[in-house]
Amino acid sequence: MPQILMPALSPTMEEGKLAKWLVKVGDTVKSGDVLAEIETDKATMEVESVDEGVVKEILVEEGTEGVKVNTPIALVLGEGEEVGEGNRPAAQATSSDPEGQSAVPEAAAAPAPAEPKTGGEAPKFVAQNDPDLPEGVEMVELTVRQALNEAMAEEMRSDANVFIMGEEVAEYQGAYKVTQGLLQEFGPQRVIDTPITEHGFAGLAVGAAFAGLKPIVEFMTWNFAMQAIDQIINSAAKQLYMSGGQVKAPMVFRGPNGAAARVAAQHSQDYSAWYSHVPGLTVIAPYSAADAKGLLKAAIRSPNPVVFLENEILYGSTGLVPKMDDFVLPIGKARITRKGADVTIVSFSMGMRYATQATEKLVAAGVDVELIDLRTLRPMDSDTVIESVKKTGRLVTVEEGWPQGGIGAELAARVMEQAFDYLDAPVLRVTGKDVPMPYAANLEKLALPNVDEVIAAVNAVTYRS
Amino acid sequence: MARKATATSAKTQPNAPQFTNEQDLEAFREMLLIRRFEEKAGQMYGMGLIGGFCHLYIGQEAVVTGITMASEKGKDAQITGYRDHGHMLVMGLDPKGVMAELTGRQGGLSKGKGGSMHMFSNEHRFYGGNGIVGAQVSLGAGLAFASKYTGDGSVSIAYFGDGAANQGQVYETFNMAKLWKLPVVFIIENNKYAMGTSIERAAATTDFSMRGASFDIPGEQVDGMDVRMVYDAAKRAIEHARSGNGPYILEMLTYRYRGHSMSDPAKYRSKDEVTKYRQERDPIEQVRARLIEGGVVTEEELKKIETDIRAIVTEAADFATNDPEPDPSELWTDITIEA
Repeated sequence: MPQILMPALSPTMEEGKLAKWLVKVGDTVKSGDVLAEIETDKATMEVESVDEGVVKEILVEEGTEGVKVNTPIALVLGEGEEVGEGNRPAAQATSSDPEGQSAVPEAAAAPAPAEPKTGGEAPKFVAQNDPDLPEGVEMVELTVRQALNEAMAEEMRSDANVFIMGEEVAEYQGAYKVTQGLLQEFGPQRVIDTPITEHGFAGLAVGAAFAGLKPIVEFMTWNFAMQAIDQIINSAAKQLYMSGGQVKAPMVFRGPNGAAARVAAQHSQDYSAWYSHVPGLTVIAPYSAADAKGLLKAAIRSPNPVVFLENEILYGSTGLVPKMDDFVLPIGKARITRKGADVTIVSFSMGMRYATQATEKLVAAGVDVELIDLRTLRPMDSDTVIESVKKTGRLVTVEEGWPQGGIGAELAARVMEQAFDYLDAPVLRVTGKDVPMPYAANLEKLALPNVDEVIAAVNAVTYRS
Repeated sequence: MARKATATSAKTQPNAPQFTNEQDLEAFREMLLIRRFEEKAGQMYGMGLIGGFCHLYIGQEAVVTGITMASEKGKDAQITGYRDHGHMLVMGLDPKGVMAELTGRQGGLSKGKGGSMHMFSNEHRFYGGNGIVGAQVSLGAGLAFASKYTGDGSVSIAYFGDGAANQGQVYETFNMAKLWKLPVVFIIENNKYAMGTSIERAAATTDFSMRGASFDIPGEQVDGMDVRMVYDAAKRAIEHARSGNGPYILEMLTYRYRGHSMSDPAKYRSKDEVTKYRQERDPIEQVRARLIEGGVVTEEELKKIETDIRAIVTEAADFATNDPEPDPSELWTDITIEA
């Protein structure tokens, strides 16, 4: 390349000053030699030679201001090269060229991409239905805690690459006893107590996933995972995309999310909306024991990074779980917990407790509620919600998280976009109040959603109040 | 525990470990490929073909070259931050694919979706290419964790700069790596400046080889401008890790000739300092001198090597310039894997 072009110091630079020439005509230059200094208002830069040769011509004098990027500023000829038509710039290729484009090599413009010009629409997510249970399958009553524990134990038995790490998961048997007995069955190589270093062990687990393992990372609570959120999002969630599909992070980050009881602002945050915002992540927030088991097993098998949001208050609640060798549920499918025709209530995780109790009272009062448990927040099963709203014309969402940018806000937007003409009332959100969680018992109660608020919202959208 | 070296006074190393002629030739080729590739990348950036951030490795070539020569290629894992082009070239990734990623084309290693800071290869066990300063340190320990878990005998080599050495997660990782005796070698590429901030202005203690002292991780300062010293230290560190003795820290005293990234005001250090390193300490010139003075090769033979390398770089640049941009449909691929 005999032409030396005016370089850009940044993609936004359009022109600059050729401050100084450090070579003169006739000089021999080699790779790495500094030829000239360029200045902009932000930075200075040395133009280095990339090739060997002799400086034949200086095309832009030093001190010239406003030299457009890619303008030829000098000719350097290699051994045996001659100045010819091919490498002499067009006549007005210096700063006086208003376009500054005449001598831009063809190569500088990227080849036009093939049609289509747009990326098209996002691929539509289609949820799979829950599998039919075998006829006569025995149902056993389990706590959510036991269901989660069974899910991990079963997956660790079937896949030697699955391991769990976190604070107090091994010797202590889990801060909330979710990992009880795992150390005894699987040993310290696969059930690993970590130091209190969320950022570090989350990153370490992501690295282990890159190398082919399937880590389960337990956060004692998701509140502590803010220390680790960079690794969850920047390293795990984005890895597949930025590697062009090469490097996977098949892993589960799990632990209790949201408010427990009387643990105040720093230990009571709901991260549902935060993680559901991020492409590349799968986000699951189950309510029932059966869903906890079936979805955690699916999460551990998933080739993608999964954020699995549990709830401390729900750990002790019980539900019927099918007794099967391998009970797995599809990720991304909402459950219609009760069919109804008058109003749709959508919730997930702990919000389902308020929603369920409200539904019982509303049904007793003659309101035919359709109750939907999202179970998975990303990918979100819009279809089930939209179909329901098309039938009922009314939607109330329930969550413990804050209102702004919440899951309810997302549902309201999707319903507005896809079922606007079916709505008979505005969508109402029942959420945690827009305040840090207070400690005082009465204030904490006020900050959380409650059954009466759900009933009031349903009454409002059905115009019964 | 820690050995000392001073990069500035190490113009000649009378007691330096000796390279065979073959090793000197290999080091020369690898380092020259990085140098020429990076010069070309800088030029293409200046032409607007490469966008965003572009952090060049010019001046630091001996570090990644010596370490990779001491490692088992295809078995040992490597991971680094955003100044990653040299690592990929020396690990054997296709220069065309690297350059096409820099230009954001479909033939890039990440299909044009990663850019300068995000390239990977499972096959070559290169795990990036990470843009968040310090994140690669805990990720690298995770690669070592997987090695220990599966017992595959590999070592993880995690590179980070003097800037990243002040990040909190580095010390969380040191603690776990030592606690669990993970086979990881931490390479601190101390090029004296974190972006524009000199180590003296950013670090309470500037001997980074001692940063593992609280965790009883052995550390050495190494003349990172002499590929033989790098190789020798890396052999020792990798062997230590592979033998089950846990992590090891090597602080490489090195220097980048170019700015932090392409848009660098270059006001924070003197020209004399840069010139001194280029003229007296250049890692490639040191090997070139040995090759010539030792009568290993003639000037003509060296010229042939240079011509061959220039051809590789030219081919990469041509490919990266003419390869099409990714198909627009690629926008929506590789977000998650369909189960």
